[in-house]
Amino acid sequence: MEALLAITIGVLVATSVYLMLARNVLRFIFGLVLISNAANLIIFVSGRLTAGAPPLIPEGADGPVGDVANALPQALVLTAIVIGFGLFAFALVLMFRAYTTLGTLYSDDMRIAEPRTEDTT
Amino acid sequence: MTWTLATPLVLPFLTAVLAFLARYGAAGRWFSVAGNAVLLAASILLMVRVLDQGVIAAQMGGWSAPFGITLVADYLSAVMVVITAITALAVSVYALTDIDARKERLGYHALFNILIGGVVGAFLTGDLFNLYVWFEVMLISSFGLLILGGNKDQIDGGIKYVTLNLISTILFLSGIGLLYGMTGTLNMADIARTLDTVENQGLVTVVAMMFMVAFGVKAAVFPLFFWLPAAYHTPAFSVSAVFAGLLTKVGVYALIRMFTLVFDGDVAFTHQILLWVAGLTMVTGVLGAAAQNDMRKILSFHIVSQIGYMIMGLALLTPLAVAGAVFYLVHHIVVKANLFLIAGVAERTAGSTNLDRIGGLYKSAPLLAILFFIPAFSLAGFPPLSGFWAKYVLVAAAIEDQGWIIAAVALLVGLLTIFSMTKIWAEAFWKPHPEGADPALSQLTPQARRHLLIPIAGLAAMTLVIGFSPDPFVTFAKDAAAQLLDPTAYITTVLGGKA
Repeated sequence: MEALLAITIGVLVATSVYLMLARNVLRFIFGLVLISNAANLIIFVSGRLTAGAPPLIPEGADGPVGDVANALPQALVLTAIVIGFGLFAFALVLMFRAYTTLGTLYSDDMRIAEPRTEDTT
Repeated sequence: MTWTLATPLVLPFLTAVLAFLARYGAAGRWFSVAGNAVLLAASILLMVRVLDQGVIAAQMGGWSAPFGITLVADYLSAVMVVITAITALAVSVYALTDIDARKERLGYHALFNILIGGVVGAFLTGDLFNLYVWFEVMLISSFGLLILGGNKDQIDGGIKYVTLNLISTILFLSGIGLLYGMTGTLNMADIARTLDTVENQGLVTVVAMMFMVAFGVKAAVFPLFFWLPAAYHTPAFSVSAVFAGLLTKVGVYALIRMFTLVFDGDVAFTHQILLWVAGLTMVTGVLGAAAQNDMRKILSFHIVSQIGYMIMGLALLTPLAVAGAVFYLVHHIVVKANLFLIAGVAERTAGSTNLDRIGGLYKSAPLLAILFFIPAFSLAGFPPLSGFWAKYVLVAAAIEDQGWIIAAVALLVGLLTIFSMTKIWAEAFWKPHPEGADPALSQLTPQARRHLLIPIAGLAAMTLVIGFSPDPFVTFAKDAAAQLLDPTAYITTVLGGKA
């Protein structure tokens, strides 16, 4: 199970790096979504995978009985997903705004804040 | 105990809520000023407690460490919180005039205070995942502040800032995941304790490098600094000042914290890389600045160059060097925020920050010239201003450690900094205004003058105080360095006696 997830993470990272190397910022954003999900999976796997043992405490007991799944990484991933979603929404709107005000999605053409030297002279 | 630590964290968010609710009137900006004044009082209280007890810790929600989230303040955290509050107060007064009603309606004061809250949280937390959350709080509010107003150049700079910072965030998050997988804990003190027992020390070094890159992007070190000069000259002056003063320094703080407390196992490898990074950061930053012709762009590149000095202190890792880095951090935040505020006044009076289009400020606004002179030549390291002592301690530490090359680089970069500062001096202050205008301060209304010049004068006075009586500050920095290099007190305080 760990191996399968490790390969999935690898594929996700490879795909997202390919996307993020594109000059089109929209592709870059999609790459960013994929790589943030890869990071979430890393946290999930580092908590070790335990199948079919929910961390539930039986009635009357003080703690879970026997080996149960680690619940902490899931809480962390949940937090990271929420934050990642917020950042992605912001980035998407920013790209849209860039497209409407700058008229381009290509990062090479975005030179207003740092004009080429030949443009300024 | 809990309240002393939690108050500086809660206050900015409270202020943000009040400022947001009052964003349509004049009350919002005064909430911001008042909130930051109270924050300063709370942070001084925290500082007094820390000076009294060394390290203080509080377990949030009653969960004992390492299970709950711990707030910790040692000397370094406490001084960073105080200096954050000072900068926030200065900038919020400056913003009374600098931020127009439109930006206020868009929520400037709320975003600004959330940013301060994120910065304070990052300084006070003792939990790695919580540090990530504070970084995100800081990041999302800084995004908002950066593009507030929506000018073309702001959107353009914003894209570079947002994308590169998000990549660093994801690296940071992956590093946290891997570190958790190895140690089974997220409490920084607990990680420091258990990391030595991890079998695969090679993987620890790999994760250390992930953290170095992630925080390196935040701190804008070579070769990861490109987002900074692309973005910092575009937003309102209050925003650039607080970014320049605080944001990159949170990255430096995180580097210092992680590479003294947690990743101290393979110092020969990691800190050697940091030393190279430090040297190259200093040189590229200062050379980049020499090529610029706009006040804010020059100052932006100088942030990069100065970050190199702090990293140099961390890389040498001797008590004197780390003390130098701490001293440099404090001195730099005050000076850099002030220089951006002064650039704002120069733009208001002379009409631009482009050095070709302004001039004559020395003749018509001598007060501003004196106020610029103090932080600018402190930045360049002129005795007896604060920057001289900061550089002196670091160079002395390098020579003591027989790092001749890095000492030479530090001195050379200081020399080149003088070149940039004299360039601003000669162009903006000395030469006559190209359009024959007289950019006097009296063009501003008396109220605007008060709002703009009082924070500048206050920060300049701090520079002078540090410069003329450096002894208590150097002693404090040495104590802070001693705590950082021997984290036993930190670990025992956080974990409640189990060392």
